[in-house]
Amino acid sequence: MNDIVTTIDWSRAQFAMTAMYHWMFVPLTLGLGLVVAIMETIYARKKLDPKSAQADIDEWLDITKFWMRLFGINFAIGVATGIVLEFEFGTNWSNYSWFVGDIFGAPLAIEGIFAFFCESTFFAVMFFGWEKFSVRQHCAATWLTAFGASLSAWWILVANSWMQHPVGMDFDPDQMRNVMTSFTDVALSVTAVNKFCHVITSSWALGACFVISVCGWYLLKGRNTGFAFSSIKVAVIVGLVGIVGAMATGDSSAVGVSQDQPMKLAAMEGLYEGRRGTDLVAFGILNPSKKWNDDQDAMLMEIRLPKGLSILSRHDPNAFVPGIKDIIEGRDIIDGKEVNTVNYNERILRGRIAQKALRDYNQARECKDIVGMDKARDKLAKHYKFFGYGYLSKADDAIPSVSMTFYPFHIMVILGSWMLVFLIATVWIVFRRPRWTEYSIAGHPVFPWLAVISAPIAWICSQCGWIVAELGRQPWVIQDIMPVQAAVSSVGSGNVKLTFFIFLFLFSCLLLAEIGIMLNQIRNKK
Amino acid sequence: MKILSNIFYFYYDGFRSMTIGRTLWLIIAIKLIVIFAVLRVFFFQPTLHGSDEEKADQVRENLLRH
Repeated sequence: MNDIVTTIDWSRAQFAMTAMYHWMFVPLTLGLGLVVAIMETIYARKKLDPKSAQADIDEWLDITKFWMRLFGINFAIGVATGIVLEFEFGTNWSNYSWFVGDIFGAPLAIEGIFAFFCESTFFAVMFFGWEKFSVRQHCAATWLTAFGASLSAWWILVANSWMQHPVGMDFDPDQMRNVMTSFTDVALSVTAVNKFCHVITSSWALGACFVISVCGWYLLKGRNTGFAFSSIKVAVIVGLVGIVGAMATGDSSAVGVSQDQPMKLAAMEGLYEGRRGTDLVAFGILNPSKKWNDDQDAMLMEIRLPKGLSILSRHDPNAFVPGIKDIIEGRDIIDGKEVNTVNYNERILRGRIAQKALRDYNQARECKDIVGMDKARDKLAKHYKFFGYGYLSKADDAIPSVSMTFYPFHIMVILGSWMLVFLIATVWIVFRRPRWTEYSIAGHPVFPWLAVISAPIAWICSQCGWIVAELGRQPWVIQDIMPVQAAVSSVGSGNVKLTFFIFLFLFSCLLLAEIGIMLNQIRNKK
Repeated sequence: MKILSNIFYFYYDGFRSMTIGRTLWLIIAIKLIVIFAVLRVFFFQPTLHGSDEEKADQVRENLLRH
């Protein structure tokens, strides 16, 4: 039993670590790809305009090639880091892989076959084709590389969204797996669309902050200032559109989470008991000894925005938002009416009935008892919605770590808000008041330093977003249907521990290589 | 044939003229060797074996033994 628990923990830790490393590279590819495509478009327009000055054309060619080189470094170092996640599915999460492979595998396969090859083909044209393709063709290849990267992300996010909100499938007890009944329901679910838009726009903001950060360093050093200003002007527009888009799509994601994963929303806000017109905690410190069923205060201290959570999650300042206790007890109020959302003890009971029905089906199948099979299948279908709850021993097992969801969520919101303010200020400064970039406090130039730290802020913000998404849905691998303890393989924890450290070493080396090569390129820019 | 030759020389010239790209390709090669020839072969063998029916039976047993 202890070894199983250890295997689960190490498998989760390994997946989290590899996914987080992978996510160091991906958002920069998505964001910087767009920035580079816009830069090359400016270059192409100038090149094709007979009235353009040669110096202007050369400047934008230099800008495009420099950022394209950094894009290439990030792409090369990051490529294939996601493949190890698929290895982990097959080895550490084999029950999960089989159980939903028919659905989960499809978007991953499409991503591998179509988007990756599309991306790689145009990637070659981007780097090898400057002398061999026309200006328009080359620019088109750069746009298609950026588009291909986004397309890759689309399919991966479809797969992830399906885990958060499983749709378009039926469980087949003969195959012992869920089979896809509607590809469009899976590929175009509201959850997937929201998640894609949120991830893409936030990646634009991250890519823009990376450019601004590097340019901030040039401004600090007092070199390449013309290059830095021109680059920031493109990046800041992309960043501003990205961060506003991320906030708007974050809002629609919150509405989706309140409907499909109310427990996650409650954990994000440290909300134990719901009420009408629920406040949003802007900043707070959780009471670590708080339990869902005791009377202690949830917060040691907090700053609240009145009715903020009701507005955010239900777009109604007086709406009821259920807390963890309400969700476990099966209470909600929708459109002014009390709704029974099925309490968690009942869900556990119904999950066990579903699992017993599956056992009965298997026995009936072995005896070729058609009537018994039909009866068991009907019972299974009736309770399948709560299948995963059958693995839980008590309601508490269905509560995610509140602190690991609450704090990353608030860090994400605070840093995202800072990015919005910083990018608005940067637009104003670079387009209207460029002299303000020289303003110093106690000998320290303010704008360049703020610019330099904008990239790490964007990365922390992006990582926190994924921590909220993934830890907030625990214990579920597939929402309501499969918890982590059912998904994990029967493998020894020693192997998982060993590969955890191998990955930690490998990915740390890759990250250090990326940072080293990039810093070298940035330092040596003429 | 001309198209194939153009494609070949496109990549051939591209690889020959690389600067920083050589280092990146070396890193990619090492990474792929470690991932596919070491990790995949020695540490990440699929846990389920046999035909689809046998795999389904293994998962059935794993999921219903509680």
